[in-house]
Amino acid sequence: MSMELIKPGINIDFVGKMKYAILLSAILILIGIGSVIYHGGLNPGIDFAGGSIIQVKFTKNITADQIRTAFKSTKLENSTIQQFGVNEFLVRTAESFSDPKILAANVAQPLTAAFSKDYEIRRVEVVGSKVGADFTRKGIIAVVLSWLAILIYVTWRFEFRYAAGGILALVHDTLIVIGAVSIMNMEFTISILAALIFVIGFSINDTIVTLDRIREIVKLNTKQTLGQIINSAINQTLSRTILTSLTVFLTLLALYIFGGAVIRDFAFALLIGTVIGTYSTIYIACTSVLFFEKMRPAKLKRNA
Amino acid sequence: MFKSLKLRGAITVVVCLVALYFLVPTFVDNIPSPWNQYLAKEKIHLGLDLQGGMHLVLEIDTDKALEAMMERSANDLKESLMDNKVRFRNVEKAKGATISLELTDSAGKSTLDKVLKDHFPDMEIASTTPREGGQLVLLKVNDKRAVELKKLTVEHSLETIRNRVDQFGVAEPEIIQEGENRILVQLPGIKDPERAKNLIGKTALLEFKLVDEENSLDEALRGKVPESSVIAYGLREDRSSGQKGQVPYLLKNKTLLTGASLETAKVQISDRFGEPNVSITFNSQGAADFDRITNENVRKRLAIVLDGVVHSAPVIQERISGGQAQITGNFTMEEARDLAIVLRAGALPAPVNILEERTVGPSLGSDSIQQGILATIIGSLLVILFMIVYYRLSGAVADIALIINVFLILATLAALHGTLTLPGIAGMLLTVGVAVDANILIFERIREELRTGKTARLALDTGYNRAFITIIDTHISGIIAAIILMFFGTGPIKGFAVTTIIGLLVSLFTAVFVTRVIFDYVTWNFNIKKLSI
Repeated sequence: MSMELIKPGINIDFVGKMKYAILLSAILILIGIGSVIYHGGLNPGIDFAGGSIIQVKFTKNITADQIRTAFKSTKLENSTIQQFGVNEFLVRTAESFSDPKILAANVAQPLTAAFSKDYEIRRVEVVGSKVGADFTRKGIIAVVLSWLAILIYVTWRFEFRYAAGGILALVHDTLIVIGAVSIMNMEFTISILAALIFVIGFSINDTIVTLDRIREIVKLNTKQTLGQIINSAINQTLSRTILTSLTVFLTLLALYIFGGAVIRDFAFALLIGTVIGTYSTIYIACTSVLFFEKMRPAKLKRNA
Repeated sequence: MFKSLKLRGAITVVVCLVALYFLVPTFVDNIPSPWNQYLAKEKIHLGLDLQGGMHLVLEIDTDKALEAMMERSANDLKESLMDNKVRFRNVEKAKGATISLELTDSAGKSTLDKVLKDHFPDMEIASTTPREGGQLVLLKVNDKRAVELKKLTVEHSLETIRNRVDQFGVAEPEIIQEGENRILVQLPGIKDPERAKNLIGKTALLEFKLVDEENSLDEALRGKVPESSVIAYGLREDRSSGQKGQVPYLLKNKTLLTGASLETAKVQISDRFGEPNVSITFNSQGAADFDRITNENVRKRLAIVLDGVVHSAPVIQERISGGQAQITGNFTMEEARDLAIVLRAGALPAPVNILEERTVGPSLGSDSIQQGILATIIGSLLVILFMIVYYRLSGAVADIALIINVFLILATLAALHGTLTLPGIAGMLLTVGVAVDANILIFERIREELRTGKTARLALDTGYNRAFITIIDTHISGIIAAIILMFFGTGPIKGFAVTTIIGLLVSLFTAVFVTRVIFDYVTWNFNIKKLSI
């Protein structure tokens, strides 16, 4: 007897619960948008906004206040200082130091004055506002382009109404992940953008598997309504959908816990994205095919 | 595709051996001879975020180069116009890269046209405005030539920066042009980033100019700067008090000699104070010029100006024929060494701005590797364990494929001279999660087929065949997303995209092809009736 998380022959009425799913998704998206508005927009990292990040590690116990005192009357006076591990801090400022001498004068000199040799500058990132604007433009293009590319691919492989449902789910996933990043008040960095695009790729994966099954059932059986077909396709692939998400989730959990502070936000966005991607495959991508069908009956007309 | 099990088995073994060929140098530090001759030489390159180092994006200010060129041309133009007896006034560099001049004679225009055509083919008249008793003419570089000059400027800058980095001594630097006027510089394992930045970003324009001793410096400081002169400053440090101050100089406009005439430059320790200075040697033309200049200007002061700052302005005691000179100043040993490097490598043709800088210290890099490897091992173990618990022996088959998958990703990186970054490690780990997806798809399908009462062999066949098209679809959609990421991402993110793409392609081979070989081998040879799935 093999181990089964999802029993064969399971028949959950996903399509029937479409209303509740739409409601839940709408609430999640609204909370996310609300958070973005509450925080006065996304919290763009230096990749997009320009600025500097300096990561400093101390060999003894230091508080953020001590660092703030050390930076008094330098250009880092108004920077945000955030603990980033044991005796390790991130200093962020909107200033982008294009002249190397200014950076040294504002970071190394005051730190040496206050803590002599008990510190180590582990990372410096400086992004000029010009590059930041470039990244923002490229980032938006990349996300939209990935939606479009997948829309085209799925349309080519299946039908437009399936693809439209898939894209709806992708936009849904993107919005919710952005919302989650905003709620956690994480910085929106290039890594988060990469996570978003990965989530887009991952979420459509699940959708394609289910769409494949819908198509297969359609070929075998033309008696059922489209709603019934979609439901059985989701149920038949449910076990695989859950299992794959589980394995990806496990690897991401390992990354989140053990991968270190540098990559933690990235792992977080991916974790949220995996859960949301799985949910949206089941409840949004496939069920919305029905919705598009009602709007504009497709070539393969079913007796509804 | 390949019916013969033997052939498919052989392909699997060969692929694994090739992977081993590329991977051994990465995992074994000292391969004993004679083995080292038969294996690949290259290790997997680690990204700057893993080994520490500096990533810089520089912008070459090509407009400034054009302006500087026009400034030089303005003087030449003045002389040419005088030689041709054109009556004019106020030749000066105007806004942007243009020169404005006033012709005070209506006949001047045709001569100007001729002068431009014969001596300044790069220039053209941008506009003319009639003025009382003449006309105001605006000259510019013609568009085609301007584009060319900008391109040359970037190429020249790239070459100069490359030279400087080479002489500074960095292992495996990467210096490439990005876009129209940007240069990406990657310096792995750099110890002193500030110093490296200074070295790369310094324009290092060395000029020799005479000090204007006919006109009063005080007058000039009050605002009456003679037309042929300019005020420049030098730095002075009081030896006893250590106070720093600025010293003004009135210098003649004309540059007598530049760093372009140098043969070489090296650090020397002066006899008197034991202070380092930079000794320069002119090339043959430069030496001849220097001989003439010093001969003509004995008893006058010659200023040595570096990037607009006067380093010293010694009195020329006598004609200097050897083609040698010293640049003194309060240098530390490091500063002197770096100055010698930039002088040898030559001046940048235009100022550079640092647009982006990312520096990772070696300690953070090694922490990141450790954490990345730990996360990969734990994540992979979780997946491996899960597969065995859930699918038993079939799960174990998938696990073998998974391990081969990870090794093939690393081997492909090594073979393609790719770079492993921290997000790259994350991408590899994610691929582990996604690669088993193919097996889960196949196994779930096989279970479905078994439930309908099919035999093990038939269920295997149908399972693989039915799942295959779905697997192709899911992989292609994943690859599409990763390719988009590759084109838009920067350094580390590109690493994430590359490992993901490699991982997805490799998993098509391992999760579908390799597992099938194992299944077929076992079911055919041991006549298995019941699958452990």
